[in-house]
Amino acid sequence: MPAAFARPTSTSTGRTPPPSGARLELRSLRRAFAGSVALDGLDLTVEPGEFLALLGPSGCGKTTALRMVAGFDRPDSGEILVDGADITAVPAHKRDTGMVFQSYSLFPNLSARDNVAFGLRVRKVPAARRAARAAELLDLVGLPDHGGRYPHQLSGGQQQRVALARALALQPRVLLLDEPLSALDAKVRDSLREEIRRLQLSLGITTVFVTHDQEEALSMADRVAVLNSGRLEQCAAPAELYARPATPFVASFVGTMNRLPGRLAADATVEVAGHRLPTDGARPADGDVWALVRPENVTVAADPEGEATVVASAFLGAVTRVHLALPDGAEAKADLPSREAAGLTAGARARLGLAGHPVLVVSRSAS
Amino acid sequence: MAALTPAPATPPAAGAPAQAPSQAAPQRPGPVPDGAPVRRPRTGRRRPRVWRGAVLGLAGAYFLLPLVSSFVFTVHTPGQGVSFAAYTDLLSAEGFTESLLLSLGLAAATIAASLLLAVPALVAVRLGSPRLRPVVEVVCMMPLVVPPIALVTGIATVLRWGPDHLAATPFYQTFIAVQNEAFPLVLVLAYTVLALPFVYRSLDAGLRALDVPTLVEAARDCGASWPQAVVRVLLPNLRSSLTGAAFLTLALVLGEFTIASLLGFRPFAVWIVTISGAQARMSVAVSILSLALTWALLLLLSRAGSAAGAGEGTAPAAPKES
Repeated sequence: MPAAFARPTSTSTGRTPPPSGARLELRSLRRAFAGSVALDGLDLTVEPGEFLALLGPSGCGKTTALRMVAGFDRPDSGEILVDGADITAVPAHKRDTGMVFQSYSLFPNLSARDNVAFGLRVRKVPAARRAARAAELLDLVGLPDHGGRYPHQLSGGQQQRVALARALALQPRVLLLDEPLSALDAKVRDSLREEIRRLQLSLGITTVFVTHDQEEALSMADRVAVLNSGRLEQCAAPAELYARPATPFVASFVGTMNRLPGRLAADATVEVAGHRLPTDGARPADGDVWALVRPENVTVAADPEGEATVVASAFLGAVTRVHLALPDGAEAKADLPSREAAGLTAGARARLGLAGHPVLVVSRSAS
Repeated sequence: MAALTPAPATPPAAGAPAQAPSQAAPQRPGPVPDGAPVRRPRTGRRRPRVWRGAVLGLAGAYFLLPLVSSFVFTVHTPGQGVSFAAYTDLLSAEGFTESLLLSLGLAAATIAASLLLAVPALVAVRLGSPRLRPVVEVVCMMPLVVPPIALVTGIATVLRWGPDHLAATPFYQTFIAVQNEAFPLVLVLAYTVLALPFVYRSLDAGLRALDVPTLVEAARDCGASWPQAVVRVLLPNLRSSLTGAAFLTLALVLGEFTIASLLGFRPFAVWIVTISGAQARMSVAVSILSLALTWALLLLLSRAGSAAGAGEGTAPAAPKES
């Protein structure tokens, strides 16, 4: 696949230079549906050529935002700008966006080739150029021999590739992906994920990718925007999002997080399970806090005198996740390299260690 | 069936001490239930075959006997032998061509009217307000509940208003025109109402197989305007249900008697009844011919529907597979 991939990409960039990515700006987008607020003042800028993932639980407004960029929905207030031009009032079919939908949305009556060429046909591009462009795009998504097939003769992954080719056919300035992988099975999902990313990089097209799957978002995107209840919680590079979550919601939504009871001291350290740890980010006023600690930052050593008890352990391959009960009633999860977790079976006593990473603290009374 | 399932699973597990089969047994919840239902048809397969034949024979006799006896009646006169005069006389019979052409014309107009009415309405409901669907369904099904005789009484009453109340208004001319003997538009209006349930059912089934909102959005994303999305994407994918709706309407109009007769028009069905008193043989011959004609048109339409879309014909199956 990669080989089939690289070659046409270079020819396509050589012959028909793709438009360099556009800057997409969302300004205080607001939208309410029958009483419930889908978007509550969303501000977001996607840089030219950037791959931005919109991540959030279902109902957080991420799909609404994407549909507004495509023109399928209008904001109650706010603006959408592409390269500085306000497109908020431009109807969907006149916008320069290409969209891939979650449900395979190929036209069932058209072959893969005609699906890809549909937009060109609507724009009255001559048949010969249409065919050439469709072939080029099918080549690009790795389906050069499937042009004559109808959607029902293609697998789910192949259908999404054709949909991707169709979305790119008109050389859109913004590519919109609405959970394009969620209907596919795990293997296909992984390979298509890499291909989409590679394609996006080689074309340099500004891309917005909506997903509820954090693994997808973290592995593909340049930046991830986490949405919750129609508001932007944080927009940052994947590594930063994981290491320095800006809000408790991001901390608990992205990755796994322990919430351990602790006491905040005057010197901005927090005492957790007998350990003193530096804190990071905003500090609440009162002393009783939850300290948020990643499972991989918790170490566990088998110790008959230890204060913690192993409740269960789950072998996950490279790591083993150990669930511990602490003396104060709290529970902690620890991810250990599997070879270090040998003695930690249910019922064993163990000693908890918290590596010296700064931790995020949130008020216990607030949550 | 659930009680049968464990039974075939036990023998391999108990009878084979070797590991492989005992491992396989619990892994095979799939094949075991498959095996269970297979048994039943096997014991019962001979019986259905007998029954199938019997039912087929009975049904065939029920349909074919009247047809065959009708045909024999038209060609065979006791004591005079076989003659096809009833059929050859048909073409020259007074009113045959006119009434047949009138019926076909009415059918074409009715098909056009009901599709023009139903397609935009159903698509709009799908896209705009799915909550209205039950309402639209009830309204479209109404003509099945109202007998044609009630409908024609209502129409006759309304038509009688014309001379009484509208004589001085421009509407009067419309009333007259609608009742034009050569092409009674009032029948098209009535038939459109009668055909609505069939057209609705057929179109609804077609639309149900499509993800209409997403297809339209995909088309619009590719630069197609609303009308282009409907014409280039929705209609081609609805081809088979459009054909079905057209055929049902055609059959309905060709056979409709009550309304046409009571309003005093003479399309094909009415003409057949009119001549049956004077020329019994010919009226039966014409009935057989009209049956053959309907079948021929059915074949033609369904052929057109599937041939025009070698790929399209299979379209409704696509969502199921994916």
